Amino acid sequence: MLPTLNGRLQTRIFMLVVFGGLITLVLTPILPDDPDYKTTYIILATVLVLGIIWELIYHGIQQFRWEKDWPTMFGLITAINEGALVWLLVDIGAVPGIDADSVPFWAFFIDFSVIWFVVWIWTNGPMRVPFIRWRFFGGRII
Amino acid sequence: MIEPSAASVVPSTDPSTYLPAQAITGDLTDQLLETDFWTDEMVAGAGIPIIDVPFVTVGSGIGSFVTVDYLRIAGVPTSQIRVLGALDKPWQTYEYLTRVSQVPRPERLRSDSASRPDNIWGFPSYGFAEGVRKFNLKILWQLFSEPIFADYYTPKAGNAFEQLEREKNRIGYDEMLVKGLVRVVRRRYGGGYFTILTPPEGASATKRVAFRSQYVHVAVGYPGLKFLPELQRYRTENNDYRHIVNAYEAHEHVYERLMQVPSTVVVRGGGIVASRVLQRLMDDRLLHGAQTNIVHLFRTYINGPNDGYGNEGDPRPGGGKPRMFMRRRGGDGWAYQGFNYPKSVWGGQLKAQVRKLDGEQRAEIYKRMGGTNTPWRKLWQKQMNQGRREGWYTCVVGAVEDMQPNGERIVNQVRTAQGTIPIEADFVIDCTGLEADIAEHRLLKDLLEHGGVTRNPVGRLNVDRSFELIGTASGAGAMYASGSSTLGGYFPGVDTFLGLQVAAQEIQADLRKRGFGKRIGPVRSTVQWWKWLAGSAP
Ligand SMILES: Cc1cc2nc3c(=O)[nH]c(=O)nc-3n(C[C@H](O)[C@H](O)[C@H](O)COP(=O)(O)OP(=O)(O)OC[C@H]3O[C@@H](n4cnc5c(N)ncnc54)[C@H](O)[C@@H]3O)c2cc1C
Repeated sequence: MLPTLNGRLQTRIFMLVVFGGLITLVLTPILPDDPDYKTTYIILATVLVLGIIWELIYHGIQQFRWEKDWPTMFGLITAINEGALVWLLVDIGAVPGIDADSVPFWAFFIDFSVIWFVVWIWTNGPMRVPFIRWRFFGGRII
Repeated sequence: MIEPSAASVVPSTDPSTYLPAQAITGDLTDQLLETDFWTDEMVAGAGIPIIDVPFVTVGSGIGSFVTVDYLRIAGVPTSQIRVLGALDKPWQTYEYLTRVSQVPRPERLRSDSASRPDNIWGFPSYGFAEGVRKFNLKILWQLFSEPIFADYYTPKAGNAFEQLEREKNRIGYDEMLVKGLVRVVRRRYGGGYFTILTPPEGASATKRVAFRSQYVHVAVGYPGLKFLPELQRYRTENNDYRHIVNAYEAHEHVYERLMQVPSTVVVRGGGIVASRVLQRLMDDRLLHGAQTNIVHLFRTYINGPNDGYGNEGDPRPGGGKPRMFMRRRGGDGWAYQGFNYPKSVWGGQLKAQVRKLDGEQRAEIYKRMGGTNTPWRKLWQKQMNQGRREGWYTCVVGAVEDMQPNGERIVNQVRTAQGTIPIEADFVIDCTGLEADIAEHRLLKDLLEHGGVTRNPVGRLNVDRSFELIGTASGAGAMYASGSSTLGGYFPGVDTFLGLQVAAQEIQADLRKRGFGKRIGPVRSTVQWWKWLAGSAP
């Protein structure tokens, strides 16, 4: 990807709202240990809010790259740091609305990974089909 | 050695190809040539037939093709578009230039997986399609891990041409093509333009044909090749076009000779073409038994982190310091960069940044990002390392002061930091690939003199953000340009497939605002993509 800061933020919000929202809707009832919609959507919102901070950091890192690009691989492996942080906060009860130790790990893991993977795939190709200007404008949607 | 077919491919600036020896009917008159704005009566009075069409694109190369592709996808019928140029197939010049510069069909191009001139969406990318079709996990891994753990995936030239052919047929390109050379484009009194075409002999009853259109797009590619002056002098003085060649000329005879006789070759230049030529020389040596010694002549030797001003230790203009956030990899003489500009000029940060810059500031950032460079590729590194170890590949840093013949050989006097040294060689391959000034091109020169066109901060055609040529508006008409002749504008990556597509997108959007063609919104875009996939007409 060749994101600008503005484009990063827009793409992040768009993807998590659209794909995150839909996937959470479909996935929540079949996740192990039956988490409720409130929990899964709060977690999604947490990923989104923290994601905005992460994007600022990624943008900073990108400045050290001559090409000012964001390699495809980075888009996938950042699932590790982001997922770990969200899980940690969820598990210790630092996320408002979720009690400590109340979220089953595998439910979190599956939900988070599926969303991340779908968003990553979509960002690296199919997104260019409906939005032909998106890739030339740093990932901006509007 | 200029290949005969090259003459039809690389546009000739020789006036005799434009001006008839004797007056025949329907020719340009002095009155027309001296007038900036033409009336319909003037053109008709000269006996030149007038053809009406809303949009013409001049060039018929890849730039014309991708622009027309966009318009077709935006719902413009073939009857409203004419492509004027000398090429039968849009990739003809490109294929010629890549082939002679050592990228025949089975070799890989420079640009990336999503730079697909046959597909405005860049999806599926070349690499994804190749990886999935052949179920090649290596390619998929490469796409995933580039450029960190793997070289950038780049498509095979042959594949790119085949896909272009498919798209050409899909959009009905041949229905729009009118063959000939465009002599001038002049503004029309009352709005729009006249584009004067010289059809091939016998194709028309008159010497010229005029296309009267509301919109004109100019994509004439390279204005011409510029040879290094000392090489040119040697060639003409010694009438020797055999031993000194430009990489953009057909020069297969050099490689054939090297296979037969152990020789020394001087390669000049530090860009991708030099890399390609070295690969060919080294392949021939390592795989086919040639005994070639290679002397690689660098004018600027890059030894580490650098930018367009050279090594970080080199003096900067105005004494400025190298910038922490602008460091490009380099070493062994080369500046390393995947593509001809940093990748984000085609869509990310650098694109957004340059879009806001004018004048001096824009010229300065071009300088920083520009400069000669080549990709770091595993194979090339391996070959060069072996060559250095075994002593058949050596580098010299300096400028050639003089060249003299010595029997069949050439003595190059090279001024280096240690003084002037003579280097004797059997062949010199010039890979410096200098491009000529835009005024060397007859049509562009005419546009500068009579069309209202101005030059941008780096001296080429001045286009605005929508690729409209600044100063050429004519009533409700508009004239656009894309490709290498527009380098230096608000968008840096113009002379590439993706750059031509970026330009085409802007041009299409601007035309749409003027009421020509439809908007390519999410719905149209998606429907059109499916049509592309199915191979049905747009
Ligand atoms: C060796 C080489 C390798 C390259 N590799 C890549 C790559 O891997 N990836 C990439 O993205 N880009 C690459 N490029 C850059 C660029 O994408 C191509 O050069 C591309 O062909 C440019 O398209 P164009 O339409 O500007 O020029 P062209 O395709 O050359 O078409 C312009 C044509 O206009 C015609 N013309 C000129 N004057 C007139 C006239 N008066 N009347 C009518 N017709 C006229 C000429 O026939 C000319 O061929 C490469 C360039 C070179 C030289």
